Amino acid sequence: MRRNPRELDSTHRQMSRRTLLLGGAQLALIGALGMRMRYMQVDQADQFRLLAEENRVNIRLLPPARGELFDRNGEQLAHNSPSYRIIIVPEDAGDVDKVIADLSRLVELDEEDLNKALTEMRRSPPFLPITLADQVSWEDISKIAVNAPALPGITPEVGLTRVYPRRADLAHVIGYVGPVSDYDLKQIDDPEPVLRIPRFQIGKVGLEAKREDVLRGKAGAKRVEVNATGRVMRELDRREGQSGADLQLTVDADLQGYVQARLGEESAAAVVIDCENGDLRAICSSPSFDPNLFVRGISVADYRSLTEDPYRPLANKTVQGTYPPGSTFKMITAMAALEEGTIGAGETVWCPGSLEVSGRRFHCWKRGGHGHVDLNASLKRSCDVYYYDVAIKVGIDKISAMAKRFGLGVRHDIPMSAVAEGLAPDRAWKQRVHNDVWRIGDTANSSIGQGYMLASPLQLAVMSARLATGREVTPRLVKKINGIEQPSGAGESLGMNENHLRQVRRGMYDVCNDRRGTAYRSRIIEDSYRMAGKTGTSQVRNITKAERAAGVIRNSDLPWERRDHALFVCFAPYDNPRYAVSVIVEHGGGGSTAAAPIARDVMLQALYGDTPPLSAYPAADRSKIKAQQERLHRDYPGVSAPVSDRA
Amino acid sequence: MSYLEHNVKSTPTGPRKMLHMNWPLTLLLISVASVGFLMLYSVAGGSFQPWAEPQIKRFAVGFAAMVVVAMVPIWFWRNMSVLAYLVGVVLLVLVATIGEEGKGAQRWINLGFMRLQPSELMKIALVMVLAAYYDWLPAKRTSHPFWVMIPVALILLPTALVLKQPDLGTSILLLAAGGGLMFLAGVHWAYFAAVIAAGAGLITAVFESRGTEWQLLKNYQYRRIDTFLDPSSDPLGAGYHITQSKIALGSGGWTGRGFMQGTQSRLNFLPEKHTDFIFTTLAEEFGFVGGFSLLTLYALIIVFCVYTALATRDRFSSLVTLGIGLNFFLFFAVNMSMVMGLAPVVGVPLPMVSYGGSAMLVLMVAFGLVHSAHIHRPRQQRR
Repeated sequence: MRRNPRELDSTHRQMSRRTLLLGGAQLALIGALGMRMRYMQVDQADQFRLLAEENRVNIRLLPPARGELFDRNGEQLAHNSPSYRIIIVPEDAGDVDKVIADLSRLVELDEEDLNKALTEMRRSPPFLPITLADQVSWEDISKIAVNAPALPGITPEVGLTRVYPRRADLAHVIGYVGPVSDYDLKQIDDPEPVLRIPRFQIGKVGLEAKREDVLRGKAGAKRVEVNATGRVMRELDRREGQSGADLQLTVDADLQGYVQARLGEESAAAVVIDCENGDLRAICSSPSFDPNLFVRGISVADYRSLTEDPYRPLANKTVQGTYPPGSTFKMITAMAALEEGTIGAGETVWCPGSLEVSGRRFHCWKRGGHGHVDLNASLKRSCDVYYYDVAIKVGIDKISAMAKRFGLGVRHDIPMSAVAEGLAPDRAWKQRVHNDVWRIGDTANSSIGQGYMLASPLQLAVMSARLATGREVTPRLVKKINGIEQPSGAGESLGMNENHLRQVRRGMYDVCNDRRGTAYRSRIIEDSYRMAGKTGTSQVRNITKAERAAGVIRNSDLPWERRDHALFVCFAPYDNPRYAVSVIVEHGGGGSTAAAPIARDVMLQALYGDTPPLSAYPAADRSKIKAQQERLHRDYPGVSAPVSDRA
Repeated sequence: MSYLEHNVKSTPTGPRKMLHMNWPLTLLLISVASVGFLMLYSVAGGSFQPWAEPQIKRFAVGFAAMVVVAMVPIWFWRNMSVLAYLVGVVLLVLVATIGEEGKGAQRWINLGFMRLQPSELMKIALVMVLAAYYDWLPAKRTSHPFWVMIPVALILLPTALVLKQPDLGTSILLLAAGGGLMFLAGVHWAYFAAVIAAGAGLITAVFESRGTEWQLLKNYQYRRIDTFLDPSSDPLGAGYHITQSKIALGSGGWTGRGFMQGTQSRLNFLPEKHTDFIFTTLAEEFGFVGGFSLLTLYALIIVFCVYTALATRDRFSSLVTLGIGLNFFLFFAVNMSMVMGLAPVVGVPLPMVSYGGSAMLVLMVAFGLVHSAHIHRPRQQRR
């Protein structure tokens, strides 16, 4: 096909025109792309850089290590040990049921834990990790790590778990920690982010809860680089948190262990306080429980057995339980009367076995009466009529005020849960609470620690220490925080007449050391450790006139929950008091038979700092005591052997 | 006999042809390919495997192919045009029947030693056949309706086949390149005006048809359009790619985050980082400076194509060169628009840079044609 040159030229010109047009258009578009690139990369660069950083950087909290707890001798009472747990992220897992089924073929999963996790899963967003199993063994964790590709969304995690090596011994003092619950979060106004770490543990009860502020520490944080699937590629930087403070308690773990053993299966409580500085050497409530069970989440069955036990193992009877102090209150009535000058130590009251107060008959525990009774005899033999008579003369308001000066009816500030205030009633209180006038009969009841009067074993121990020293001894549970000594509880002088105190102490001395004293059988015969004490038996029922006529039924014939509480308070050595002890045995019967022997054993254990030699006991009791020491040594590994058995 | 053959005697022969290759264009191609090797090395985390090394080998093969094609006179290629087109169409039909599935689309034929993507081949074959057609067609008939219908049919046949795969990106490229060639050949303005009007109507129809029984596009294509129009509507789903791509690109700043320091690509926030989204990695790691440099290289390649086309008075040579340049332009313009969030994600790789065998090979062969046209151009006669 030939073309003439003119035609060729014209087509060529047209084509060149269009070529330049199209080429120009292409260059223009390239320019536009360049502009767009400049706009994004220069003008908007900061914005996109920020987005890229947000993509890439995740902030992870580093949970702080919880402060550890030690006893006064440096023995560990609570520490953190590494524990492994299995975490699932439902979003990553995809088919959760299948993954869990695969997992359960590999390791044993607890049915209850699993149900708990599944419930949690339904409630929380799918990207939040959920704990499937806690306290997993290293073997199981390795199995999971090896099979990781087949288990999407499952990761083994290492965390710290609280361990209480002394188990039940200090359960009521220390309490326990547990994972933060929704309820816990609601209680706190502005929860720290660290609390939202899955299974982060906080103090639930006891010291763990009360000193959560210092024990928890401050969370650190690390910035990590993650890839598109959220896997951590590397750590960019980290700010270390601050571990919680270590706490040293005033408690002597060995003594505590002994007391717990000595209380045995009784529903009882005992407190040992240092008269010198208010240090709580032992503070035991029995029966107890293993706090380690709560740390990992207690099973329903275990929990039920604890709550349904009539001896109430979960209740902390030392500070939380309040009881009518019974005759152990008589020292307060006596002090009130002496300080008011109502009676002198030598004045006597005639006890015919009962006293009629405004038409109502108030009985002495001894039906035949004590005859002429002075202060010393009233304590020694625990005459009730003496105190009815004296109290009515002094008046309840003075007695109540005296009780408060001795630490009854006031809340002692120690970091344990539900520390009870107790009750030292006066006229105003009755008017306020019961909207009724105070009656003389109420005074009579109160004078012997019955009626409205309520005190906790801790308060009774404090009372004894104050009687022993004449100082305002206040209980102290925490000795050191991070090595810093806490204020002593030695206290200033109560400003009581030293003679009056001496007379009351002498009465208490005779309770234990006079042949006619109510606790003579529980005396200490080691001269340098002579003990002064007071028995108490508090009624939990009213004794009717008919019953009294027929002869009061013996405690052992009553059902357990209607028997009297047995109490005993004491301090020793008499001439240089070091420890004060209070013991209460719930429904234990008489103070002299149920509580005093325990208090004596505990006191000796505290004074000797170990199992006391049999020589401290009255000769007649030694064989029985030796058997008891052997039994405790056999049943409780922490209790040392009787002295004579040791090489 | 065309105008070309009258001047055969003035064209170089034998090894001397090598000297007459368009060396600046060759250097530009090597530069662009090197940028590709660098980026493939980077996205593999500083490793020649699995992408950079095969890519280098393919480039070597492609380069050899380019030289071979360049040595062969352009008129031979012109005579091969119709055959090339027919082979292309047959392969497209074959791929629809025996092709291998990849990402929900049938695009490849496995030849054993390589996987052939006939749609890539078609881009060149279409340019060749249209150029040959207009070289053959007398200029005054160019705008005659009958003579316009023939190239339209030539364009629509492969476009339809590619669209069926389905490969929206390539079919748009075929359509645009074919139309561009017709425009260059001198078809009357009115046709283009009509087509543009019809196109606007079609787009309306496409949207209107959505959800009805005669829906014109696949659902995934609609979703891509939706996402393009509003990427934020689904930032973790369909819009994820565009959003992450824009973040990577934007965060590059002036000079970028440094070689192999791009967090978006290194941490896998970028999708398809070795193929369609490789430009994003470049822009993230070398910033505006790097991205603009590559854009400049591309622009220069276009400029050299236009220059070569204008320099030859042979109609076929000139049309083929412009068509290849236009194809090349469409390639990178669509890809860059895509990663910058200016166009839907249609799956068009970045020419010479993205990892991929057939595309690279076909492009090198195409530039071989450009070289051939340049070497065998009619020389100016001294008068």
